[in-house]
Amino acid sequence: MSKKEYSFYPGCSSQKAASASNYQTSVNSMCDVLDIQLNEIPDWNCCSASIGYAGGGELPRLALSARNMALSEQAHAGQDIVATCAACWLATRETKERLLHDEALMKETNEALAAGGLKVEANQDIRHMVEVLIEDFGYDELGKHVQKPLEGIKIAGYVGCQTNRPFGIAGESFENPKYLDKLVETLGAEPVENYDKKVSCCGGALAFSEPEKSQALIKDIIESAYDGGAEMIVTPCPVCQLNVEAYQDNINAKYKTKFSMPVVYYSQLMSVAYGKSGKEAGLDGQLIAAKKLEDIAGK
Amino acid sequence: MSNMNQAMVEKYRNDFLKEVKANVEEGDWVQMCMQCGVCSGSCPFGPYWDHPPQELFMMIRAGKREEVLSSNSMWMCTSCYNCIARCPRELPITHIMHGLAHYADRLGLAPKEQPTRKFANRFWDNLVKKGRVNELKLGVSLYFMNGFIEGIKTAMAAAPLGMGMMKAKRLSPMEYFGGHGVKDSKGLDAILKKARQIEDEKIAKYNS
Repeated sequence: MSKKEYSFYPGCSSQKAASASNYQTSVNSMCDVLDIQLNEIPDWNCCSASIGYAGGGELPRLALSARNMALSEQAHAGQDIVATCAACWLATRETKERLLHDEALMKETNEALAAGGLKVEANQDIRHMVEVLIEDFGYDELGKHVQKPLEGIKIAGYVGCQTNRPFGIAGESFENPKYLDKLVETLGAEPVENYDKKVSCCGGALAFSEPEKSQALIKDIIESAYDGGAEMIVTPCPVCQLNVEAYQDNINAKYKTKFSMPVVYYSQLMSVAYGKSGKEAGLDGQLIAAKKLEDIAGK
Repeated sequence: MSNMNQAMVEKYRNDFLKEVKANVEEGDWVQMCMQCGVCSGSCPFGPYWDHPPQELFMMIRAGKREEVLSSNSMWMCTSCYNCIARCPRELPITHIMHGLAHYADRLGLAPKEQPTRKFANRFWDNLVKKGRVNELKLGVSLYFMNGFIEGIKTAMAAAPLGMGMMKAKRLSPMEYFGGHGVKDSKGLDAILKKARQIEDEKIAKYNS
């Protein structure tokens, strides 16, 4: 396959020394193998995620995403915008749909952008990296690059919320999406069948403001993975990853559980299966070591 | 009572639905709710809402202005989008909840100590400062949002996690000094200021 280029919106958590910097490391490794060129949107800004609503009204929030889209149209005309973060993808795509749906809103947004010398047309598709993998490559093509099959690892595919609702991945159901399971299989690992918490909420940003309520949700997500025989959880979302990995000590203390479940990104599984080192797969960024993946990467 | 709240009370009198339609993001949709309750049953924080979305919609129609706007409820939204995906009438419920919360906060009616209200405002203030979120400063401001003593306790409790994140290179103390941001912060400021101005004018126009 020939080189594919996309206009890339990395998002705040992907930056150096930020909470999902290891996600970015693995995405770079994965793209290297698949010959994907990510052209970073110059001077992109935060999308305000889904929690920015209290301080920002509708138009300021839309203006944030619209600025990114405008910069992308200027620098990378004709390319799709690709985001790796669920919240970045959702906010940007939502903005595009609202602008195209509502002429008055488009006019007001451009009025605001003009104050910064920009103009938006919203003419680029806004896609999640997972869509790129499934739609532009497909499982067969993704499987062709596997050098080290992830044999003998049982993995729970935790899709979570915002890569799944309200847009989701074409052809997948909201209630039981199967793409992560298929991807796990493609890489030679074994997906947990009937993982009933695969689309349950981890609390999102409210893990910070309502820790106890959120940790009760997270506990169920991890417990159900253990019940299905999982040795690790895989997710496409930086917030899911952080929430499910980081609070296991707190949950253990409160609920007398003994959780120690590694939580990785799909791109980390792919990087290891594609023959990259543990460091290139961002495995040194785990709070709970993904030992089985490290072993395969070290072989 | 804030001036804006006073003005709204006088303007709409007993027609709270009209007020919501004019001023709340996606508020136009409220009257489409058919009271099936799927949203309430689908919410991950469902048990913690004083009034789940379906109930809020009925209360809006019944004119229960104070009770709705001063409620803890819509601040329980985790933005999971279950309610949007499942609503048979396709109401953008998540957005309406965000819109109600924002409007209540703007009028000064939202509960002051609501933790998500505080966090969500801090998140916005954090991101507009440099155009990108500074996770360290956001975390620290979060620890101290309930005062200094409480903050020291929270920060101490979170210290092991913070250390783990630093060791994994997913958090850096250097972020406290400067940190990531956009280059054209002047341009971004101007855009946000203009957006806010247009929105304020729109609300003023609806209400004149």
